[in-house]
Amino acid sequence: MALDNKSEFKYIGTRPNRPDGLDKVTGRARYGADAYAPGMLHGAVLRSPHAHAKILNIDASKALAMEGVKAIVTRNDFAKGLEGDDWDLLENTIAGEKTLYDGHAVAGIAATSVLVAKDALKLIEVEYEVIPHVTDVDAAMADGAPVIREGAADHSVPEGLHPNVVRYTEFGRGDLDAGFAAADMVVDRSFKTEAVHQGYIEPHACLADLGADGRGELWCCTQGHWFVRRMCSALLGLETTQLRVTASEIGGGFGGKTTVFIDPIALALSRKAGKPVKLVMSRSEVLKASGPTASASMDVKMGMTKDGKLTAATASFRMQGGAFPGAPMDMTTMLAFSCYALDNVHHEGFDVMTNRPKQAAYRAPGAPMGAFAVESVMDELCEGLGLDPIETRLKNAVKEGTKSAFGPRYKAIGLIETLEAARDHPHYSAPLAENTGRGVASGYWMNWGGETSVSLAIGEDGAVQVGVGTPDIGGSRASMALMAAEAIGIPYENVRVNVLDTAALGTNEPSHGSRATYASGLATIEAAREAIGKLCQRAADKWGIDAEAVEWKDGAAYPSGPNAGDFEPLSIADIAGEMGSTGGPITGHHDASPTGFGGSFGTHIVDVHVDPDTGRSTVKRYTVIQDAGKAIHPSYVEGQFQGGAAQGIGWALNEEYVYGEDGRLQNDVFLDYRIPVASDLPMIDTVIVEVPNPGHPYGVRGVGETGITPPLPAVANAISHATGHRMTRLPMSPPRVLRAIQGKGIS
Amino acid sequence: MTRIHVNTTVNGDKVDFLADPRETLLDCLRDKVGMTGAKEGCGTGDCGACSVTLDGRLVCSCLVLGVEAEGKQVETIEGMANGGELHPLQQKFIEYAALQCGICTPGILVATQALLKKNPDPTEEEVRYWLAGNLCRCTGYDKIIRAVMDTAKDLRAEKVGGDV
Amino acid sequence: MVAVNLWSGLRRFTGGAEVVEVEAATVAEVLKALVEAHPGLDPVIKAGVSVAVDGEIVQRALNHPIQPDSEVFLLQQFRGG
Ligand code: FES
Ligand code: FES
Repeated sequence: MALDNKSEFKYIGTRPNRPDGLDKVTGRARYGADAYAPGMLHGAVLRSPHAHAKILNIDASKALAMEGVKAIVTRNDFAKGLEGDDWDLLENTIAGEKTLYDGHAVAGIAATSVLVAKDALKLIEVEYEVIPHVTDVDAAMADGAPVIREGAADHSVPEGLHPNVVRYTEFGRGDLDAGFAAADMVVDRSFKTEAVHQGYIEPHACLADLGADGRGELWCCTQGHWFVRRMCSALLGLETTQLRVTASEIGGGFGGKTTVFIDPIALALSRKAGKPVKLVMSRSEVLKASGPTASASMDVKMGMTKDGKLTAATASFRMQGGAFPGAPMDMTTMLAFSCYALDNVHHEGFDVMTNRPKQAAYRAPGAPMGAFAVESVMDELCEGLGLDPIETRLKNAVKEGTKSAFGPRYKAIGLIETLEAARDHPHYSAPLAENTGRGVASGYWMNWGGETSVSLAIGEDGAVQVGVGTPDIGGSRASMALMAAEAIGIPYENVRVNVLDTAALGTNEPSHGSRATYASGLATIEAAREAIGKLCQRAADKWGIDAEAVEWKDGAAYPSGPNAGDFEPLSIADIAGEMGSTGGPITGHHDASPTGFGGSFGTHIVDVHVDPDTGRSTVKRYTVIQDAGKAIHPSYVEGQFQGGAAQGIGWALNEEYVYGEDGRLQNDVFLDYRIPVASDLPMIDTVIVEVPNPGHPYGVRGVGETGITPPLPAVANAISHATGHRMTRLPMSPPRVLRAIQGKGIS
Repeated sequence: MTRIHVNTTVNGDKVDFLADPRETLLDCLRDKVGMTGAKEGCGTGDCGACSVTLDGRLVCSCLVLGVEAEGKQVETIEGMANGGELHPLQQKFIEYAALQCGICTPGILVATQALLKKNPDPTEEEVRYWLAGNLCRCTGYDKIIRAVMDTAKDLRAEKVGGDV
Repeated sequence: MVAVNLWSGLRRFTGGAEVVEVEAATVAEVLKALVEAHPGLDPVIKAGVSVAVDGEIVQRALNHPIQPDSEVFLLQQFRGG
């Protein structure tokens, strides 16, 4: 769909209160764990204490005999004969012949209370045979590493690689040798990042009610309830439309709530017990057994002339995504060099299995790791050649028409605009205190459309209801209402946006991929336009003229000119008040898989102070500059920028999955898995750049994900400048930075 | 396990419930009293989503046993607004877009109200350290801190004295 | 004819070709023609791919039209958070 080229907006770009604000500040909003049903049972899940073990036997008889225990499920209670992704999903939901990681689910229990369920877990006897495990990506690819699953590799993997390498990619263009030969400086470095967790504050929670007749209801916190429906139906052998899934309010997701973990177990327990079952994960279960992101081991080599032109670049990414295929090496490879115009470029990616939980998407999945490596090398080149990092990036920046490193040419994009805004921002020229370094980095996320269905109906009083299928994870109801108000020309307050359940709309992809505001927004505008067409028709009928002779503006129908006739305008309320007698309800609907989404570039500037005695790094000042295309509700756009930056800072400085020699997760509580707290951060300044996306009527780009990509390298570059040591491993925790300062190794 | 009959006051109303001695105040509030405004983000005292006050003291209700509420005054997010009238903090959080998903919001509001009672004129640093036990993963805290500072300023201007 | 650019990892399945010319007017026809020309690509396409047409990334819209002079790239499937 094309850009309207509308320059004046009445509602878009304003900052009204969000419609669900009152519910969320008063405790009224109902999240995943806030649902209760009459006769409800409580579930709990037995999890493997071993990183890798054969399950020889499960004896649940003692647990079943306990008073209050109503049902126990194991793998046998789920669909048989699944293949491919569905089999992986089931295997991850509940172990089959082997447990594949610490925390892997083995059995589920439903009982009359949480305490009874937890007590009963201890009575389930599982006989394990512990077998060798591997949790590090490089170790998992090495000769002799324990094989997680024989035959898991797909067609893409060339011969001769370890069976734990399950997918492989390779692409590029140009002449690398010539490119590097033309360079005045070449930097070739290896980097490592650890797995981190999305860290949403709300643990996974659901309330399932499934009858023996195969009809059911599921309430859960998810980014996409149609995805949940499809996955649960497959795992339980149900027809999709017999399961109605309602998305609760969602307490954060960041990609981690686009798949299922406990929902199928709750449904299986409910089917077996014949009662509703509520199942809520503990924080430790979330950290051990939901889907953290991949960890990466990477080599990047780039060449540059002394006037700052990149001549060639190559990268190799080895990523582990747990005990299943799916590490996002495809996105890492495609986006690693996405900021730069390169004639000679090459990428290679390995998807490697280890004894860790199945990775899930995390905000711009795969992109931050690649950006960390590439933008660090870029910084080192600039430093080595005495060049300004922003001017040098500008010299190589992609723009409309540039061939991307992954192939296609870019449409209108805003990297240059973010770089120029960064260069001109007072932060960039502010003086630096002692032991403080400044880092700059850019990043990209491409976004997508995906299946989208939106319905809109006019009320008798002329107010409007919009039904969308993308859960409101950060203010999207407000954005939809603004777009509907703009399209129809009625006040924002006259629009109510509802997130509908799976029985009420066609399939919708989740609120992920930075797509909700773009795709549901576009469908909302189209649905509004369809309704406007009908409103104009009703006016035309009343006036006895052609619908083409009716014009819609500011929420009312007008004769389009003197030739159309002389009629008093009819407001939306006038027309709606009579609609029952003029042809029935007036609605608009739009279904699409829109393709015109535009990617969003960002550039971040950060000042980091490093204490030379302890190695502790403190972020002193942070500025996010990002292209939003068109900011519908600027406050929530800024919020996405700030939230992404904070998560990136956590990834850079503190967060990591720590596995022990025994293959068990060592830090499964928030005290030890430390996400940034209020006292760790400064204010996060934002600059919204607006280069309209030609593929959306109002120019919207998805903004959710890009913001987590630049912080990793920006913070690393700042610390490198503060200490004089190039940081190549995350997190840059105090001991690691101290070792670098003391010259005890670069990592 | 025998359950204990607990008599307590929640947001000014007398309530009673039967609690297993192992049950947390958070679970009792949510599952027995029907107040689900306090959330469980961790169950280990690290996230603050379950913040309530107990006889005026800010606590993580996941670290308090239900039976400890006997004879005490519990205040939760549900008691913060005065009927239909939002507390200035609640109003300001909406205006400042100081929430995205909103799961941390009840705990942060309760914690902030406790701060402003103690210290009506906090510095940014004091607010940040006071709220260091309340995790928010969505916002990066920026808009939360601004909303708190601005509310504190308004309340001081109103000179209402003690009752924030 | 439409020239379809593949990623180089796929050369193993196309006898070394990185650009394959096919007769196609939609994305669906491109995918079908690719498999007809090089059956080794079948599992790749079944596993899921994205297609870029003149800079627009087509994720699911198989009916997306293609002109003979369109710039078409086969890409690995996008996933988002
Ligand atoms: S749930 Fe009580 S502090 Fe996290
Ligand atoms: S708004 Fe989501 S955790 Fe704070």
